[in-house]
Amino acid sequence: MKAAFAPSLRYYRRKLTGGLMLTLSALSAVVALIPLLLIFFYTISQGFDYLNLDFFIKMPKPVGEMGGGMANAIVGTLVLVATGSVIGLPIGILTGIYLAEFGHNKFASTVRFMTEVLSGVPSIVAGVVAYGFVVIPMRHFSALAGGVALAVLMIPTVTRTTEEMIRLVPQSYREAGLALGIPQWKTTIQIVLRTAFRGIVTGILLAVARIAGETAPLLFTALGNRFWSTALDQPMASLTAFIYDYAKSPFEDWNKQAWTAALVLIILISILSLLLRVATRSRYTQR
Amino acid sequence: MLVETPEGEISPAVGASRGVTSRASALKASPKRNLGDVVFKYTTLVFAVVVLFLILLMAYEMYADSKPSILKFGWGFLTGTTWDPVQENYGALPFVFGTIVSSFLALLIALPLSLGIAVFLSEMAPSWLERPLSFLIELLAGIPSIVYGLWGIFVLVPWVRTSIEPLLSGHLGFLPIFRGAPYGFGMLAAGLILFVMILPIVASISRDVLKAVPQSQREASLAIGATKWESIRLILKDAKSGILGACLLGLGRAIGETMAVTMVIGNTPAISASLFDPGYTMASVIANEFTEATTSMHISALFEIALLLFLITIIVNMFARLLVWSATRRKL
Amino acid sequence: MKFTRLVALLTVSVLGFSLSDAQLKLNGAGATFPYVIYSKWFDVYHQKTGIEFNYQSIGSGGGIKQVIEGTIDFGASDGPMTPEQLNEAATKQGTEVLHIPTVMGAVVLTYNLPGVGQGLKLTPDVLADIYLGQITTWNDPKLTSLNPGMNLPSQQILVAHRSDGSGTTFIFTDYLTKVSKMWEEKVRRGTSVNWPVGLGGKGNEGVSGLVKQTPGSIGYVELAYAVKNNLPYAKLRNKAGSFVEPKLESVTAAAAGAAKNMPADLRVSITNADGKDSYPICGFTWLLVYKHMRDKSKGAALVKFLRWAMTDGQSYAKGLLYAPLPKQVVSLCEAKIRQVTF
Repeated sequence: MKAAFAPSLRYYRRKLTGGLMLTLSALSAVVALIPLLLIFFYTISQGFDYLNLDFFIKMPKPVGEMGGGMANAIVGTLVLVATGSVIGLPIGILTGIYLAEFGHNKFASTVRFMTEVLSGVPSIVAGVVAYGFVVIPMRHFSALAGGVALAVLMIPTVTRTTEEMIRLVPQSYREAGLALGIPQWKTTIQIVLRTAFRGIVTGILLAVARIAGETAPLLFTALGNRFWSTALDQPMASLTAFIYDYAKSPFEDWNKQAWTAALVLIILISILSLLLRVATRSRYTQR
Repeated sequence: MLVETPEGEISPAVGASRGVTSRASALKASPKRNLGDVVFKYTTLVFAVVVLFLILLMAYEMYADSKPSILKFGWGFLTGTTWDPVQENYGALPFVFGTIVSSFLALLIALPLSLGIAVFLSEMAPSWLERPLSFLIELLAGIPSIVYGLWGIFVLVPWVRTSIEPLLSGHLGFLPIFRGAPYGFGMLAAGLILFVMILPIVASISRDVLKAVPQSQREASLAIGATKWESIRLILKDAKSGILGACLLGLGRAIGETMAVTMVIGNTPAISASLFDPGYTMASVIANEFTEATTSMHISALFEIALLLFLITIIVNMFARLLVWSATRRKL
Repeated sequence: MKFTRLVALLTVSVLGFSLSDAQLKLNGAGATFPYVIYSKWFDVYHQKTGIEFNYQSIGSGGGIKQVIEGTIDFGASDGPMTPEQLNEAATKQGTEVLHIPTVMGAVVLTYNLPGVGQGLKLTPDVLADIYLGQITTWNDPKLTSLNPGMNLPSQQILVAHRSDGSGTTFIFTDYLTKVSKMWEEKVRRGTSVNWPVGLGGKGNEGVSGLVKQTPGSIGYVELAYAVKNNLPYAKLRNKAGSFVEPKLESVTAAAAGAAKNMPADLRVSITNADGKDSYPICGFTWLLVYKHMRDKSKGAALVKFLRWAMTDGQSYAKGLLYAPLPKQVVSLCEAKIRQVTF
């Protein structure tokens, strides 16, 4: 018996609607890429002009004078990120370990909840808090204050990722370690952490890349510096602060330098990510 | 081959035979083992306490510093529209309005596009296309907000001023939201730049949520004769709460965004029906005025705004994570 | 493990960074109004002596606030500190804050009107009306009657003002308060006021940037910012009735009267000055210096710099479009500088 396939009008309408919606979906994916491409295109084309050796090794010139570079800002961003990481990473990772390994009580639930709360802190508020806790007592704007503000922003991401990654390690790994007589703490460090390592590093990467691009928390903590400085107790220049100052100024020369700084910042963040991936390349294959 | 334990060397069999299969029994097994474990446990505990302490301290400081303003203005702070540092009269409504309008505008534009992207990536795209595309979209999320602001000032705002606003006021100028002079800077520009910033977040999470819907659902609907699109519609219905969570996460990001918005919104504490007019958000006013608020009431008012911002972001984020968590856990 | 090596490197380098080098560094912040000349001064002085004066232009309001909080070594403002602020500073820092004038500048009205050139004429009431939102289009009869030769468009006037606490705002609103009753009632003077209309830009840089990028806009900035960016600026009718262009000579003329009657603390307003050549919106800009500097070497360095600013520094003023201080004021300043102890 041959069943005739005789589609009704309704069938064609359904097919048409379906085809339309699917086309729209595909289109929206294209549309979404447009701003991305535009931003990259502009940053590269506008920033390329000033991307020369001078930019990396020269200091900024006085207002209105052409030329100069952002050597201090580039180093400043690196120092601030490093300071923030040194403060934020240990706290984040160790708290994540605590929550994953020992976190089955009410206290841990509270900490977990509070970490969620902390992840919602707007970056400007982190700056406000660091101003009160570090700048005022120190009577100084400083890179340290900037680092503290950045650390506050890092901690929730790092804690959450660390905890999740450690939880993903199968219980059998821990049991194997204990069965061999390895003390629990050694098991955690040498077996569990090693297994979760790449995942934790991804979390660290995300957090570091995020803070490298932050501006608001540095506004009233690290303030800014027209001179070369790597000291933690002095105000510090940063690429993001320079972009902000130069972008809203009327001087065209400064506007162009802002684009170059944006380009350098994006390249810097990408290099940071790559470096971390390379340095933590595992010799053991993970399944 | 002997196994080394803190008590000395024992055979593996003995170790295994000690029934060390759970942490509890491991701890009970030997008193000497406890020292390393105890040190480790308490070291990590200390750091967890530090985090807790940090947040409580922050919350306390913000509350204490905003107390004078809370006491002076009470609930009127939330409804007051004047922000006058000379007369010391502060009301936060213009900033709350600005934050809400710019964020919701961004979400309004981002939602349909994000859904389209999510559907495309999860249901339609072949994997050789989906992976690089997803990567590119996540790249958007990694661009620092100051770079968005820079692009906003030099590319978006002039475009809005010369193309979008005249277009809208020319054709739809009878609507109150499209009236007024085309500054370029203003609420519309802020909404647009926030839309670009939250698009990757809402899109990626929606894609994850859609992927988490069991394959059986798709197969079942196709089996009873649904077209591909109708099948997707059902999936979307299924993923509703997760997608809502994605939206809330994007909203949370938009609410807390400072730099990109400050650079394009015009920094004027005004409540206006028109999207063309400049506005001000909570985060922006803090960024602009914090270093220079000399009177304690001014600082207190700014702290109160910070507290408000903090609370709103927490609530939005809480809801968001709850929804997304429950939606993506289903696959397991 | 490579990772631990990386971590160790990170920690060591951060610790290494924390050692300040022996170079003397002072930090200052404040007014954007004199930023053009201050950045030149500090750069020249650094090349001369090696001492680093790190100046951040965050606005006069910021300068005043941070001087009160003691987070910087010196501040800068073109709006003098109020008695309350002075008291607070004295209480918190245990020492008075001195106002040392450095240069004078003009606050000009710059605008962006393609097709309209330099020298738009404005009167005090018209200016006040624009900033009060009473005059909203460029071809308003009040404006066209003043400027018959100019082709003013029917565009809306996009007003720009400061979004941050600003001494430039103080000078501008001080002037408007003196010349407009409505302004005095509604808004009055201050570093941060409740603007009836307009867009806010951060710093002199922000406002001039806004005007530069937005056709149909008008904003108030320091003369140097307008000229350096090839922005046209308006002629204002002064107290004596003549339309004056904001040149250095008209600023000096405005200060002439004030120089003779300077108050002891050197905080004085020179807006709406008498004299047919005076430009009506000018002001001094001050460095806010602690009377007693806690750090000896910093105090000595600051005093040396101030003396240099009063003598050699003044020679840079004209080139950067600021008016140098009148001679009487310079001697008063030098006396004030001698009061600084460390």
